[in-house]
Amino acid sequence: MSSELTRQDDVTIRFAGDSGDGMQLTGTQFTETTAKVGNDLATFPDYPSEIRAPAGTRAGVSGYQIHFSSRDIYTPGDAPSVLVAMNPAALITNYKDLQPGGIILVNTGAFTEKDLQKAELDVNPLTDGTLSGFRVIEEDINQRTIEALEGTSLGKKDVLRCKNFYTLGMMYWLFSRPIEPTLEWLNVKFAKKPELADANIRALKAGYNYAELLRLFQGRYEVPKVEDVAPGFYRNVMGNQALAIGLAAGAEMANLKVFLGSYPITPATDILQYMSLMKNYDVITCQMEDEIAGVCTAIGASFAGRLGMTTTSGPGLALKTEAIGLAVITELPLVIVDVQRAGPSTGLPTKVEQADLLQSMFGRNSEAPLPVLSCATPADAFDCAVEACRIATQYMTPVILLSDNYIANGAEPWKLPDMDKLEHFPVEFVTDPEGFSPYNRDAKLARGWAKPGTPGLAHRIGGLEKDSKTGNVSHDPDNHQVMVDLRLAKVNGVADTISIPPLNGPDSGDLLVVAWGSSYGAARAAVERMQKEGVTATHMHMRHLRPFPHGLADIFRKFKRIVVPELNMGQLAYVLQAEYPEFRFEKYNKVKGKPFQARELKAHFEKLLEEKS
Amino acid sequence: MSDVQQLKGKDFKSNQEVRWCPGCGDYSIISSVQSILAELGRDKDNVVMVSGIGCSSRFPYYMGTYGFHGIHGRANAIATGVKVANPDLDTWVITGDGDGLSIGGNHMIHSLRRNVNLKIILFNNEIYGLTKGQYSPTTPQGQKTKTSPFGSVDAPFNPLQLALGAGATFAARTLDVRPKHMKAVLKAAAEHNGAAFVEVWQNCVIFNDGAFKHWSEKKVRDDQTVDLVAGQPMIFGAEKEKGLRSEGCQIQVVSADEASIWDPTVESPGPGFLMSQLDKDPSMPRPFGVFRQVEAPTLDDLVHDQISEVTDKLGEGSLKDLIYTPDSWEVK
Repeated sequence: MSSELTRQDDVTIRFAGDSGDGMQLTGTQFTETTAKVGNDLATFPDYPSEIRAPAGTRAGVSGYQIHFSSRDIYTPGDAPSVLVAMNPAALITNYKDLQPGGIILVNTGAFTEKDLQKAELDVNPLTDGTLSGFRVIEEDINQRTIEALEGTSLGKKDVLRCKNFYTLGMMYWLFSRPIEPTLEWLNVKFAKKPELADANIRALKAGYNYAELLRLFQGRYEVPKVEDVAPGFYRNVMGNQALAIGLAAGAEMANLKVFLGSYPITPATDILQYMSLMKNYDVITCQMEDEIAGVCTAIGASFAGRLGMTTTSGPGLALKTEAIGLAVITELPLVIVDVQRAGPSTGLPTKVEQADLLQSMFGRNSEAPLPVLSCATPADAFDCAVEACRIATQYMTPVILLSDNYIANGAEPWKLPDMDKLEHFPVEFVTDPEGFSPYNRDAKLARGWAKPGTPGLAHRIGGLEKDSKTGNVSHDPDNHQVMVDLRLAKVNGVADTISIPPLNGPDSGDLLVVAWGSSYGAARAAVERMQKEGVTATHMHMRHLRPFPHGLADIFRKFKRIVVPELNMGQLAYVLQAEYPEFRFEKYNKVKGKPFQARELKAHFEKLLEEKS
Repeated sequence: MSDVQQLKGKDFKSNQEVRWCPGCGDYSIISSVQSILAELGRDKDNVVMVSGIGCSSRFPYYMGTYGFHGIHGRANAIATGVKVANPDLDTWVITGDGDGLSIGGNHMIHSLRRNVNLKIILFNNEIYGLTKGQYSPTTPQGQKTKTSPFGSVDAPFNPLQLALGAGATFAARTLDVRPKHMKAVLKAAAEHNGAAFVEVWQNCVIFNDGAFKHWSEKKVRDDQTVDLVAGQPMIFGAEKEKGLRSEGCQIQVVSADEASIWDPTVESPGPGFLMSQLDKDPSMPRPFGVFRQVEAPTLDDLVHDQISEVTDKLGEGSLKDLIYTPDSWEVK
């Protein structure tokens, strides 16, 4: 009894349910399995800031979108072709995003009068024509799960908690995914609670078999693995995880040990959690009493000879501001990670925004320049973390690395670096007392790093301005000018070691798209689609935001228009305009707590090109 | 046999000119610290002085050791980073009543609760000196200062009670005008394995002169103060004729032969807390010395012990292990 198998190269599914329905888990399991199948993928988890908002309400809806494909992809997909809606609130808040003709799998077990009320619905959207134009598959997943687990020792509440695995089983069948990876995962996860492992396994298998037997979906899809994928080793990573690994790797490549001083804050907390597992890599993590203590312990640790790091989000970066200035004036290496979220203040703590760029560049008292860089994708977070460690240690400076909520929680396959090709940048501590001064500098203007405990090098540094030669406290006006100039020249000098980002598209033309951070996927996909349609446009993605690499002006002048899409009100455009006043940087901005979609960028870019002609 | 020459107090001085006001209590404190470090045979290349902001916090610049002059209130946090990163370093915190109890109060209590192996000297002059005379969290209620022209309405902290409440394993009080007492207390602090909190009453000659004169001046000192010495009776008075007797939660003045023996090593912070409570009673002498001294594991040891334990169990990780995990797959 085989079902008709349809090949599809590109599918986007969104799982949506109540915060308590386990949608994030369902999504990550689907993602892990899909990675193992060999598809390229990108994900977008979207959940409320309340741990358990009132059950069944629109505020409590948690979603997980995965885009998987048999070719290279850059975004989690604009419009899903399949929506799984576990309750009325999930249905009503998500169905509009679906492609016309898309499949909606609805759990009718959660569509009682009371459920509809909680979702503020007067009429049942399943019966009033709301969903016309979609292929709606109604199934009482609650009841099916109860039947599947008949005879189990679990109570009804625990039985119903298995409904996400029942649903996952159905989706595995629909998209021809193997269930084995999830079975293995369940056995490990619930090794000490075999009854839970058993229940979830039974639910998963039952959902899979049910979909097959009842032919619920009028067919079945196959998304073949990517064929032309570059040889090498891969693993699936989330952005925060790749960033944590990159920080540890970066320290190792500097021949240093990590000290991470941090404080839990959404969406950066995972990095602290991942790194607290790295004890056997001699990584020290301290969860401090506040954000300020997090950065201050890191500064103290750098003074003592470890590589100090601190991880946070925008509000935490604001609190760390004064201490970062201290790291600037004491010229100690320090890596500061800001996983941006929507603000101001607490804002939308679980939603994405790229609005901490100006804070990172200028958010300190007085002249306190430091290098700023940003990662583009979950896997890129590894490279950027290593790069941040390189700059911090080679230039004896604090560095801010910007990630965001979308990268942090998104996942993609990561092509693992060739270990032999990693370029290490070992730190050499100063040990020679001959002619020692704490502010002796190398050709890059980086001062020497002499750690306490080194015989004959006892010295004092601190927040007061120092004499450029002796390192003693100095209130001399000319010396202050010299030191301010030196600190700026040192940071600007980082540009000597970075290159212009690759251009996706021709090196001249009508339109250059300059993007940064997590807008990478949408910008690249938009531009590539245009190129396929014969429209010339080029995408350049900025990793280094301060200083900029040399030679950007030569690129800018070859394009008629330059547009800068950002999830803020125009921060990079503002800086570019100030640095390169001879060009005009057009803004394209969105601050809705959502990432750009490729189609909206494409539409905007096309409009710009039409205006011109 | 070590061929390292025994250092003297002056060897712990830096070449920088000391710029505290003439007559400031800070001079006596720095010279006591320099001399006890020398007496204890400490290596100046292994000592780190960390400070925040305030008059007291210029201290590291005048020491010939490693030093870090931080930002306001954050000395304890910076020093925690230093000590945990390298537990071999002999790490000291120099702070004041404003720096350590107001803007830095949070870091103070948390470094004490974690028992970071830091020697914390809190210079208490009951005033903001560097900003020229505003009330601090230890200024007595009613005192007129630049920001309390009609008298401060703020209730002050008792620094020792704050430290004891935060779980300080070592808490002591001394006085700038009694260098011998100060050195004994600082030595005990230096030798304590764990966070050592030392409050030093320090006279600010410019903005709060005479704040402690009722307890510091020679003619009244004997009657108005009592030295807490471990294993010794708590006696005081010009002729050592009076004593303190503790019964339950009550402390009474009795004759010297009836005085209780002072023991700061009991696990409970209760006795130290009771003694510090005498500050509120004008009829009672103010106690000085070590209020509490108990052993407990230090944060710096615990952090590194845990790393060793996990490493023994899992084996030392390599960069490759970190990146190439078992869930990775190969595409050929």
